[in-house]
Amino acid sequence: MSILETRGLNKHFGGLHVTADVDLALEEGEIHCLIGPNGAGKSTLFRLILGEHTPSSGSIIYAGEEITALKSFQRIRRGMSVKFQVPGIFKALSARQNLEIALQHHLEGGSLNAEADRLLAFLNLSEVGAQLAGNLSHGQKQWLEIGMAISLKPKLLLLDEPTAGMSPTETYATGEIVKTLNAGGVTILAVEHDMSFVRQVARRVTVLHLGRIFTQGTIDEVVADERVAAIYLGHGHA
Amino acid sequence: MTSQLQFVRLLQGPQTLGRGPLFWGATGVALLAAVAYPLLADGYTVGNTVYFFTWAFMALGLCVVWGYGGTLSFGQTAFFGLSGYTYGVLTLNFGAAYGFTLVALLASLVFSAAFAAVLGYFLYFGRISGVFLGIVTLSVTLVFERFMAQTAGPEWHIGIARLNGYNGMNGMPPLTLPWFGGSIVLFPDVGLYYLVLALLVLTYLGLRILVNSKFGNVLVAIRENPERAEMLGYDVRKYQLGAFVIGAVLAGLSGTLYTAWGQYITPSSMSITAAALPIVWVAVGGRGDLTATLIGTLAVLSAFQALTIYGSQYALVVMGVLLVTTVLIAPAGLIVTFAKFVARMRRGRKEPA
Repeated sequence: MSILETRGLNKHFGGLHVTADVDLALEEGEIHCLIGPNGAGKSTLFRLILGEHTPSSGSIIYAGEEITALKSFQRIRRGMSVKFQVPGIFKALSARQNLEIALQHHLEGGSLNAEADRLLAFLNLSEVGAQLAGNLSHGQKQWLEIGMAISLKPKLLLLDEPTAGMSPTETYATGEIVKTLNAGGVTILAVEHDMSFVRQVARRVTVLHLGRIFTQGTIDEVVADERVAAIYLGHGHA
Repeated sequence: MTSQLQFVRLLQGPQTLGRGPLFWGATGVALLAAVAYPLLADGYTVGNTVYFFTWAFMALGLCVVWGYGGTLSFGQTAFFGLSGYTYGVLTLNFGAAYGFTLVALLASLVFSAAFAAVLGYFLYFGRISGVFLGIVTLSVTLVFERFMAQTAGPEWHIGIARLNGYNGMNGMPPLTLPWFGGSIVLFPDVGLYYLVLALLVLTYLGLRILVNSKFGNVLVAIRENPERAEMLGYDVRKYQLGAFVIGAVLAGLSGTLYTAWGQYITPSSMSITAAALPIVWVAVGGRGDLTATLIGTLAVLSAFQALTIYGSQYALVVMGVLLVTTVLIAPAGLIVTFAKFVARMRRGRKEPA
């Protein structure tokens, strides 16, 4: 069963069509990666799914419910969650407080404290829980935001370039975190450039190009596709 | 036991500076001094101190809206004036018997809350933010000021209360508590002092609890990163509106207490100068913390009054210089910056690098 479906999703800014007729279906429990060259419309598609942009036409169905007209916070409350490309954290607050603000939706008192401890340990952040989030390393900020996103106990987690700016070791650790979450039942949609990460986690890959779905398949099928290589090298516009 | 811990955590949680025995000891000493003060000073000086205290509510409200919520309202004086005039109109018409001044006090706060809810709805649900929110709120207070200033003619009255244009309203009764064997009239001396002091202590502690509660956590989160707060499932607009209404009620409380204290209210209390002063008080002490705001406000007000002896324009220039200096040297506020410096020093001594 699909947990998320976009039907004929279009978004244009003036004459510029950023996404065009995107029909994307996400199976419950899968890890799905969205790839494509710069300007392919990946981030716009994310923002449409999250309700930060309103589509010019088309609809979005989440868990069987049409959510196209809902505000972002309403979509989040239905079980979506997101980690942005640029870490969206509360810099002037401690790492722990960042998590607490996300956790206070459904927990309080001792159980909130215990869950904050568990998450800090899971994200390798126990040592820096008391530090201001703005003072963490780039990789730690990324993990902290993943922690905030999963604090909501989402059914669907959207990750926008979760490994941007990470070292290969950090990228691998992030991949393992993502796989653990998925094993716990979270469906994941990730925009990612790092092919080693995609190979590590994804079962299905969708390639976006010029706002349209270019092709779909396993990572091996997609990598073997000469047309995909061509668009990445800039020959695919014809 | 757990609920006690929760309560302590709310009183001295992460969103407020000042914790531990030293801080609360000092607060207790300051409170004792404030309670003993009328025994040592004459009635006039005590009445003058009440004047300082009345403004502190507006400053604390602005601290919540601006320092914690991150939206600068330039027009808190609109609520100050609205509540002050409401108290005046109601008490001039209905008098002070049967504790009616207290009803008028409450009604004046409800008025400001209702007006702030409507104005705030259009501001926050209309996604007006940043400098535009400041411009709109400033415009509102200036419109109020201009409107009240042209009500000099006899046709401008509500019941028997004349609005009196630029001269303002006067002669309304002070706050009067009904009591067995005769009402207690709170003239601006010892009686009013204790009432306002009690209100100030309750407001301060209440706001400490508020900003360390779930509501306060989300408010601070919105200040830090509104997009992330929304993407954690919070309706940002509702929280901002809530803070705005709380700030308006506190500004209204200032206005009503001021009106009851001096038994007058004029349109100039909503002028651009009046609107700018709360921003100076809050910014100089430190908008991000309630205690810094409270101490800063009382200190700046005392200095301002001391300077007015040499001429009011001169004092305003000093206020301007103070604001600019703070923004340039210690943008977080002088008291907040100093408190963080002391905290760093103490940590440094405990664990040498």
